[in-house]
Amino acid sequence: MGRGRRTAAAHGDVSLTATLPPSSERAPLISIRDVRKSYRMAGEEVPILKGVDLEVMAGDFLAIIGPSGSGKSTLMNVIGCLDTPTSGSYKLDGQEVGGLSENRLAEVRNRGIGFIFQSFHLLPRMTARENVELPLIYRGLSGKERREAAEAALAKVGLADRMDHRPNQLSGGQMQRVAIARALAGHPPILLADEPTGALDTKTGAEVLGLVQELNRQGHTIVLITHDLDVAAKAGRIAFMKDGLLTEEGGDAREAFARHPHGLEQHSR
Amino acid sequence: MKLSQGIRMAWSSILANKLRTALSMLGILIGVATVISLVAMGQGSANEVSAQLQGLGTNMLSVNVTGRGSSTTLTLPQAETLGDGIDGIDGLSPTVSGSAAARYGSVQTESSVTVEGVTPDYEDVQDFHPQEGRFIAPLDLEAYSKVALLGIDTSEELFGPGVSPVGETILLSGVKYKVVGLLEPKGTSLGASNDEKILVPITTAQRLFQSEGVRTVAVKAASEETMDAVTAALEAKLSAIFRGNTNSYRITNSEELKETATSVSKTMSTMMAGVAAISLLVGGIGIMNIMLVSVTERTREIGIRKALGARKRDVLFQFLVEAASISSLGGALGIAAAFGAAAIMERTGTATQIESDIVLYSFVFSALVGIVFGLFPANKAASLKPVDALRHD
Repeated sequence: MGRGRRTAAAHGDVSLTATLPPSSERAPLISIRDVRKSYRMAGEEVPILKGVDLEVMAGDFLAIIGPSGSGKSTLMNVIGCLDTPTSGSYKLDGQEVGGLSENRLAEVRNRGIGFIFQSFHLLPRMTARENVELPLIYRGLSGKERREAAEAALAKVGLADRMDHRPNQLSGGQMQRVAIARALAGHPPILLADEPTGALDTKTGAEVLGLVQELNRQGHTIVLITHDLDVAAKAGRIAFMKDGLLTEEGGDAREAFARHPHGLEQHSR
Repeated sequence: MKLSQGIRMAWSSILANKLRTALSMLGILIGVATVISLVAMGQGSANEVSAQLQGLGTNMLSVNVTGRGSSTTLTLPQAETLGDGIDGIDGLSPTVSGSAAARYGSVQTESSVTVEGVTPDYEDVQDFHPQEGRFIAPLDLEAYSKVALLGIDTSEELFGPGVSPVGETILLSGVKYKVVGLLEPKGTSLGASNDEKILVPITTAQRLFQSEGVRTVAVKAASEETMDAVTAALEAKLSAIFRGNTNSYRITNSEELKETATSVSKTMSTMMAGVAAISLLVGGIGIMNIMLVSVTERTREIGIRKALGARKRDVLFQFLVEAASISSLGGALGIAAAFGAAAIMERTGTATQIESDIVLYSFVFSALVGIVFGLFPANKAASLKPVDALRHD
């Protein structure tokens, strides 16, 4: 436990402000080069990612869209350092993530990425505030620092009056806002949202999406993964995932999408 | 992550599954309670035994003649000279014993009382003095005097508490004896009360019981070191008297008795340690089982924690603290149960003594059981890959 605290002290300033070092301002926050990932299933090597390239700059709002089975969840796991690629290079904030140990990856997840999951992934026995404090516990912050950061984050998502409610006392939209507050609390450079509106009805989904857009306007870098074209349309950039390949950027991507409309049609309904 | 944080997490998980936690700590609870109360009982009975052995006196040897008939008993002169020529003997006291009904006026003892015929040396050898009156004198032996000393309990039975019997006359098997002394209280030794007896001159007792021989000789050795030598010399002498028939006599050594008693209680302690180990092992397996269930159930929670930055050791620590909390809580409740059981046993007449270090050991041990048996499930939890754990339903 001692090491955790030491690291926290050493990086204390950086972690709380999330400002990038000036020298890397023009370098991409996420730089993925030819990332491949394959799983062994029933003795056969099944490729899921077949050479993905992606760059995300600070302040971007990128939506990755694709049908299920296209590999976008696997890509999200790789971006989120929940899974390691089979080959290829992934630089997060200038740091190569590929060869890192499990402990270092946990630290990268803790400091570098704020996760927003489709099914919220809140711990049911904890209050909203305790849930938001969770990543800060693993960062080694003191109780007082955690409470302040958690309260600020919950206030930011408009839940200042629900801090001591447990998830089962909150609506779906409120739960997702708690999850967003949890992702924000540690001021990570990237927010990674996996189908953030997938478990919500249209109205609350739109509210949550509005919050995400608002966060982007405030300067947060957001990578959003969805199969819903309407959701993706809110993003500044859209990348299309299909059969393990990512087709990036405006015109090209839309052309690619136009050539294979059915893959998306099925899922956007 | 700090210890306090870990303990808080463990508690919230324990409180979330109260019944399950209670059931899984039951094994440890029963184990600890059993161990402490068994050891308390063992200690209680060991205390009683050692108190009784204390009544035997120190450095005592007892020669018992077990043969039958006049040719296989010692005569009084033989008994009195048994120690002659043997170094390291402080004193020697031949005894003839039997039992007789005692009566004072219209009061009769409920059952017959042990009557011991003794010599004047008995007083110093057994360290058993009259608190009032006098002891038996050499002249009493020569004159076959009908005088008696009463044990404190016997005196109370015949004369009532606080009444001095000295100078009164009692009847032993219908024969009048003058009470010349009242013995001091001495308690019991090896189950026989020293306070419920009547001492008379040995010659008088031989007449009373119509026996010529002496069957018991108590020998006091000068020191513990000389006891073995004295025993050997007595063996040689007795062997000569009984012409090599070693079955006719037996020499009992009070130190040996103590050693036997000690080794008995040691054996009991070892057995209890075995019982302890087994019951705590069973308890530990119970905890391991419940922790494995808990890990499976909370796979998603582990995934969430890992996604949010929990390192392997954070998860390991969390589950270890949880296992150790369950087991030490079980241990603490077991200690409480043991104190309750001991109180009940005391009330029903079983001597118990709970020693504080046994309580401490069993608590520490139960906490350790939790850590040892929690290690495997905790490691299982900590080794989960975040992506797999998150996908778990």
